[in-house]
Amino acid sequence: MLQAIGVNSIDDLFEEIPANLRVDGLPGVPEGMTEMEVSRLMRSRASQNTNAICFMGAGAYEHHIPAAVWEITTRGEYYSAYTPYQAEASQGTLQLTYEYQSMMTALTAMDVSNASMYDGASSLAEAVLMSVRGNRKSKSRKILLPESVNPSYRRTTKTIVKGQNIELVPVAYDAASGQSSMDAFKAFSGEDITAVVIQQPNFFGTLEDVDAITDWAHENNILVIAVVNPLTLAVLKPPGEWGATGVDIACGDGQPLGAPLASGGPYYGLLCCTQALVRQMPGRIVGRTVDLDDKEGFVLTLQAREQHIRRSKATSNICTNQGLVVTASTIHMSIVGPQGLENTASACHANTNDLIKKLCAIDGVEQRFTGVGFHEAVLKLDADVADVLKALMNKNILGGYDLSSDYPELGNAMLVCATEMRTQDDISAYASALTEVMAAQTTKVAEAV
Amino acid sequence: MLIFEHSKAGRQGAPQAPKQASSLKAIPDALLRKKRAALPEVSEMQAVRHYTRLSQKNFSIDTQFYPLGSCTMKYNPRACNSLSMLPGFLGRHPLTPDEQSQGYLACMYELQDMLCEATGMAAFSLAPMAGAQGEFAGLAMIAAYHQANGDHARKEILVPDAAHGTNPATATMCGFTAREIKTLANGDVDLEALKEAIGPETAGLMLTNPSTLGVFERQIETIAKMIHQAGGLLYYDGANLNAILGKIRPGDMGFDVIHSNLHKTFSTPHGGGGPGSGAVGVAERLLPYLPVPMVIKEDDQYRLLTEKDRPESMGRLSAFMGNPGVLVRAYIYMRLLGREGMVRVAEFATLNANYMMAEAKKRGFELAIPDRRASHEFIITLKSEARDLHVTAMDFAKRLLDLGYHAPTTYFPLLVPECLLIEPTESEAREVLDGFMDAMQQIREEAKENPEFVQGAPYTLPVKRLDEVRAARQLDLAWKAAE
Amino acid sequence: MSEVPTELKYTKSHEWIRQEVDGTVTIGITDHAQELLGDLVFIELPEVGSDINAEDAVCVVESVKAASDVYMPISGEITEVNETLNDAPETINDSPFDDGWLIKVKPSAAVELEDLMDADAYQAEIKES
Repeated sequence: MLQAIGVNSIDDLFEEIPANLRVDGLPGVPEGMTEMEVSRLMRSRASQNTNAICFMGAGAYEHHIPAAVWEITTRGEYYSAYTPYQAEASQGTLQLTYEYQSMMTALTAMDVSNASMYDGASSLAEAVLMSVRGNRKSKSRKILLPESVNPSYRRTTKTIVKGQNIELVPVAYDAASGQSSMDAFKAFSGEDITAVVIQQPNFFGTLEDVDAITDWAHENNILVIAVVNPLTLAVLKPPGEWGATGVDIACGDGQPLGAPLASGGPYYGLLCCTQALVRQMPGRIVGRTVDLDDKEGFVLTLQAREQHIRRSKATSNICTNQGLVVTASTIHMSIVGPQGLENTASACHANTNDLIKKLCAIDGVEQRFTGVGFHEAVLKLDADVADVLKALMNKNILGGYDLSSDYPELGNAMLVCATEMRTQDDISAYASALTEVMAAQTTKVAEAV
Repeated sequence: MLIFEHSKAGRQGAPQAPKQASSLKAIPDALLRKKRAALPEVSEMQAVRHYTRLSQKNFSIDTQFYPLGSCTMKYNPRACNSLSMLPGFLGRHPLTPDEQSQGYLACMYELQDMLCEATGMAAFSLAPMAGAQGEFAGLAMIAAYHQANGDHARKEILVPDAAHGTNPATATMCGFTAREIKTLANGDVDLEALKEAIGPETAGLMLTNPSTLGVFERQIETIAKMIHQAGGLLYYDGANLNAILGKIRPGDMGFDVIHSNLHKTFSTPHGGGGPGSGAVGVAERLLPYLPVPMVIKEDDQYRLLTEKDRPESMGRLSAFMGNPGVLVRAYIYMRLLGREGMVRVAEFATLNANYMMAEAKKRGFELAIPDRRASHEFIITLKSEARDLHVTAMDFAKRLLDLGYHAPTTYFPLLVPECLLIEPTESEAREVLDGFMDAMQQIREEAKENPEFVQGAPYTLPVKRLDEVRAARQLDLAWKAAE
Repeated sequence: MSEVPTELKYTKSHEWIRQEVDGTVTIGITDHAQELLGDLVFIELPEVGSDINAEDAVCVVESVKAASDVYMPISGEITEVNETLNDAPETINDSPFDDGWLIKVKPSAAVELEDLMDADAYQAEIKES
């Protein structure tokens, strides 16, 4: 090969690189390993992570995933393919993506879905940018972003819209119900506001009065962005039907539909909108068309919105998305089906209600909010929440999410969740562990006094 | 046939969900769904067969040579997949306390460290979810840096005209204006044009090196000096890092911030469009601004740093920390390669590209930049074939599919007419490279004899050429259930 | 060879301008421009009543592989937009100078019309490129 090129050594191929800048290998990188050695290393690393029973939600949920889902997804034809730019050689990925878009529009009752964003948080940020482009009646670039929206999503949105001169206005939640306060929204009536964000269920697990907020917003020429958990849409009213006319943009994290917890990803961001906003949509979109013989086929469409054509005027810089997780999710939805998703979602609701009931029977534990919840709830403790969670961890229970740093006003509060994966035994185990821990904590406090 | 067309009311993969629905009576009726979502109702086997069959309509690295320029379609070792899917990794909730996550955090810490070593940067954050988000993080850090220095006039990002579309799009997203810089016919940046563009408004320059034209930017030292002297910062788009691993490091070239597409250089799967990872690395002066979370090691314990620990950080880019499943795969790949393997990656990727380029020249194809060494990719321009035979780069691309090769990148970079950007990667054997060049030659012969035949390709795929105009005019973006 | 009607005025960025008897002007893109873009799939039109300055982007014309801004040749108020393009963007490909017009404008500074190219100048311009 060197001869064909006309050089003497591989090193000659690098002759255009300034010699004074070159390095001689990478001594700081460890030596290579065989697959056997790496397997040994990774098994040992994996075993250093906990296998505690998970009662944590807060944006990532442990659900059953049919064995077939990732077995099909990791077939080389899906796993090692690129973005379907050569449509004729990518009909598998393209048709699957079209089916995904169809499933997402069915679940959300929205007109259009794209092929995915990175995750729920970045999807919300893109939804906000979309609303600013889409609401031609508004000049303010002001977005109402309730404090009951996942704090991590709010921070991500702040990061991503920072350079665009957009104001994110917090809206307080009702201290008793845990819902976004309708009065707090109404304080903005008549003002020029571009969009309002509603998360359903909200970060506290509480259900918002989505119809009233949507109608209020539309009366005030404000676009509505819904943040949803797609699994819950098997039983909850879809954002396309909120209020009189439905929301304008729906986003959220697709993780509950087929993605394992996996330390936070890869998940995917779902992003849907009304037909009117389709050209403001970022990311890839697949369309159905025909070939030269009039045979059905699928292509990437509306590409003129995207960075590779529109460059500095694109709707977003997104290029790579989360295609493989969308593949898993599409197969997941097909196998579980609408009845299965209903059974799963309602089981999460029932298990969480059961968990709350059992935990709130313990001295020093009570439910913080009165609003109706779905599959998460805030518990208030008469003990230091960090200590309690640590003590639970020692009993191999991942007890929930400590809310004290995001919501200091709630005091010792934690967010708990019991998906369909939790058995009666798991829930009882949590209850007895918490009983012991609370008793010990109370004793500790009493001794300290 | 769509999965929806296999659907029959009442069918489901019964063992895959709780047996019954539970009561929802606590929830007000107004908040509940009235009509069941029109999702497919099929048996598990129907779903498995449908999606297995669909998969067979894809080209992929595992089934075809995939020389897609600027995408680095190298082999994805299977161990990276199976080991990243060990229960200890898959089952970890992202908010699990650090003390119970030491195995995962150790991998992430060492990955940050290896990336620093491989690129010559001071520190890395794994937070960006894809290359474009890495670019966003990088430019947001540049913005934060100028802001901190009270340097508010710096609103312009310089971008060579050969750059990926994500570069100018990212500049806009970060609130900058993108300004294009001309490239010379030999592939280097036009220094005169650069000099003219640099001024008090310059926030920085984004550069891919080797460039998207498949050549190494030889004037990099001069460029770095020009930008730095003007008070700007230098951004490295890591799309083509594969070409120079262990030969030269972006940090040593003077770059202040870089992103590395782990799904290119470090072999995590492209997955039909993602997920990726765009880990960002910085030189000392940008260290405070790196996105959170990051992993540190204190007293032999690994710990995640968040906004609280790093108040000057440019912020958070996702709900948790990037795409950990991708990061773990990249980590495994890097441990398999090690220092000796990384150097071999650059050497064999470069050898393969230069060999193919020599073969292309020998077979009479016109090279876009003839008298230079190729990096890990090179460009053929088919402008004379398009002019004389009316057979375009797109026609060649489609006919290649018939012959069992995925097409190279077509019509990018935008400044080369009728171009094919070819990147063989280090994974491929010489026989494959020869086979591809034979196919190119065959297509040119076919084009001479019967141009219509090539213009009508492909013939052997599940569909013929698709009507993209119709797709865009009569939007059909989702299947809808009959009312 | 692209058509270049002699009675119209032109810009370097391939817009054409027709002065109407009522003092308004009609604006579209040239035959040459539609050829370069290929089959158009979407036209983004401005809102009637908006005031737009000369050289600002006023419409976007989109084909499968490209999207291009259309710039205001003169300053003025948009009095009418060609609604038929919403459903039939291909009208521009079929009839760039007649049925495929984009917008009607009430000029705010008629003198700007004098700076535009005539058909000969535009013909020479596109020959060069």
